Amino acid sequence: MNHLLELDKVYKEYSNLIAVNNISLKVPSSCIFGLLGPNGAGKTSLIRIITGITKPDKGTVRFHNSYSNTNTSSLIGYMPEERGLYKKMTVGEQLIYLCRLKGLSKQDSLQSVNYWLDKFEIQSWWNKKVEELSKGMSQKVQFIATVAHKPKLIILDEPFSGLDPINTNLIKDEIIQLKNDGASILFSTHRMEQVEELCEEIVLVNKGKNVLSGHVKDIRQSHRENLFIIETIDTISSFEDLDINVVKQENHNITIRLKDNQSSNQVLTNFIKSGHQILSFNEVLPTFNDIFIKTVNEFSHE
Amino acid sequence: MSKLGIIISKEYLTRVKNKKFIITTLLTPLGFLVFFVVIFFLMSNESDKQYNVFISDQSNTNIKMPDDSKRFKFIKSSDPMDSLKSKCNRGEGDAILVLPNFMGPDVKNYTAYYYSDKTLDIEMEAKLSKYLESSLRNHKMQILSLDRTVLDKVDTKISIDPEPISDNSSNRTKYTSKIATLLGGAMGYIIFFIIFLYGAGVMRSVTEEKINRIVEVVISSVTPTELMLGKIIGVGLVGLTQIIIWMILIPVVYMIGIAIAGVNVNDIQAMSANIPQEQLTKADEIQFVIQEIMNLNWFKILGVFIIYFLGGFFIYSAMFAAIGAAVGDDINDSQSLTMFVSIPILLGMYAMFSCIREPDSNLAFFSSIFPLWSPIVMPAMIPFDVPWWQLLLSILLLFAFAYFIVFIAVRIFRTGILMYGKKASAKELLKWMFTKQ
Repeated sequence: MNHLLELDKVYKEYSNLIAVNNISLKVPSSCIFGLLGPNGAGKTSLIRIITGITKPDKGTVRFHNSYSNTNTSSLIGYMPEERGLYKKMTVGEQLIYLCRLKGLSKQDSLQSVNYWLDKFEIQSWWNKKVEELSKGMSQKVQFIATVAHKPKLIILDEPFSGLDPINTNLIKDEIIQLKNDGASILFSTHRMEQVEELCEEIVLVNKGKNVLSGHVKDIRQSHRENLFIIETIDTISSFEDLDINVVKQENHNITIRLKDNQSSNQVLTNFIKSGHQILSFNEVLPTFNDIFIKTVNEFSHE
Repeated sequence: MSKLGIIISKEYLTRVKNKKFIITTLLTPLGFLVFFVVIFFLMSNESDKQYNVFISDQSNTNIKMPDDSKRFKFIKSSDPMDSLKSKCNRGEGDAILVLPNFMGPDVKNYTAYYYSDKTLDIEMEAKLSKYLESSLRNHKMQILSLDRTVLDKVDTKISIDPEPISDNSSNRTKYTSKIATLLGGAMGYIIFFIIFLYGAGVMRSVTEEKINRIVEVVISSVTPTELMLGKIIGVGLVGLTQIIIWMILIPVVYMIGIAIAGVNVNDIQAMSANIPQEQLTKADEIQFVIQEIMNLNWFKILGVFIIYFLGGFFIYSAMFAAIGAAVGDDINDSQSLTMFVSIPILLGMYAMFSCIREPDSNLAFFSSIFPLWSPIVMPAMIPFDVPWWQLLLSILLLFAFAYFIVFIAVRIFRTGILMYGKKASAKELLKWMFTKQ
């Protein structure tokens, strides 16, 4: 098995509902992996099973064989959506405490915490109590608490909520850096543009089930609707001799859908023959937002 | 260091380093000092205002005037009531004591009247009735021609000295049970107080962690059992630290207090030399009592105290921790659930008070082995020579029950800390005990 984490038919039932219904997934090493789903879909239940907070009723959660002798909790860094830190403790004490709970020695914890505080240029916060920090500031501390023990799997639940654009970019760069250094990031969010930007693979859960999974590019490809957008110099008033299926026309931009057995080259040829000057010709891939809504709705209507 | 150790040291150090802890730990003995000094001055300083009391004697008994004291000046007057009242109104006197006609030696009840716009305080009332009682007694003896010395011979002072039947029973004096009652009551009360105070501390700490959501991060690093035990042990050690500091500080402060109040041992001895024969034995009694306290098996008493503190603290703080985990987002709605802890512990307190009155009763036996009460009752009973087998049975039950309660509490705790929203009902708590994780 070459994956960092493998879930096999994980099933978890609470007294009145099935929270996780036979979900299987594989998170590769060094990958940003999106965990998507509408509210109440079972994401948090799944995360709690992965972190070992709760145990599945059925199915298995396994890490790569090379970690079979390592304590699972030290492999994982978890930043819950509901952030929390000890308000009365100082930033430094708190980070060292959380690091040591993950199994790092006192010395290593100190070193790692210092490294991160330096990196974020917040060394001066060491003796500040968390209650004195602003929301954005404590978010940074929370991020350090999640990654300071050098976990192999970093679970981030809405990591950018409440951050300004500058800090969002800062954290985004760190996430990519951590990935390049070999960690995998399980990234849970409702912000689909972030999924498109960051994730390589995703799984979409709804009502406890895995309804869509795979590589982001493949998913977008498989959801293509043969839509193209053509930009011309002049405004076209008649489409009769073009043999195209116009979906939408906005000034010089025409969105078309290919007819059955029609290739994009045929459309392009038709345009060229008709003498219209073409500026650009692009396929319109569905956004993740569209895919998300469509998949969830389809699933709900089943 | 194990994870449990890391949690314990964090819980312990953050509390002990807290300014509030340092201040209360140091100030409480000082508070005692101030308390004793204030009490001492209140007791030693009589009111400086002297009351003028007119005595209107209509009893026809030739009653002797009482002696004046710092507080009272007595003026015998045969003026009519109206003029005495107007004298009082003008500020020449404060009160009028009217002694009505005394009918003769057969009278068993006699009422005197005290006219004043000021309240008749307890000291005043006691003094006046004592004075009237002895005056009328002398008057009656005169009428009945009784000889005082003969009469004194009739009274006998009684004391009962308990002695053991079997030889191996420890020697008891008449003070033993009194000392045991007081000491036992104090120990039981201290244990009750510490368990309640620090148990509630555990609960608050659990609820805080749950409400600010840090628990989700912590619980992905350690098991709920480690977290809960870490908190209980950490907070328990803080309690132990405080007790030990107080054990050292309070006697020191007490001595300073005695020095400040200006009382030293020589003064007490000088005082006792001045008091009449009857009271001189009081000083001897104090000697006996001190001797008696020194003779107690302190090693056993303190050992038992620590054992029951640990057992009791585990039981009650585990319950507190489970409740803390069940509380919802509002820290204030824990009250209805804390009742599950406060009722048994309060019943234990009342059982303890009844046990030290009757240490040989069945209730005392039952309470001293019943694990919810024994942490309070047994330390209170130990000065009464509890048999070894009873002590061992009680300790065995205590720790077996503590283990059981921790086991149950963890099951509630691990479910509760991850539930958000409103607080759980008692029914849900019961269900959580049986839910799988």
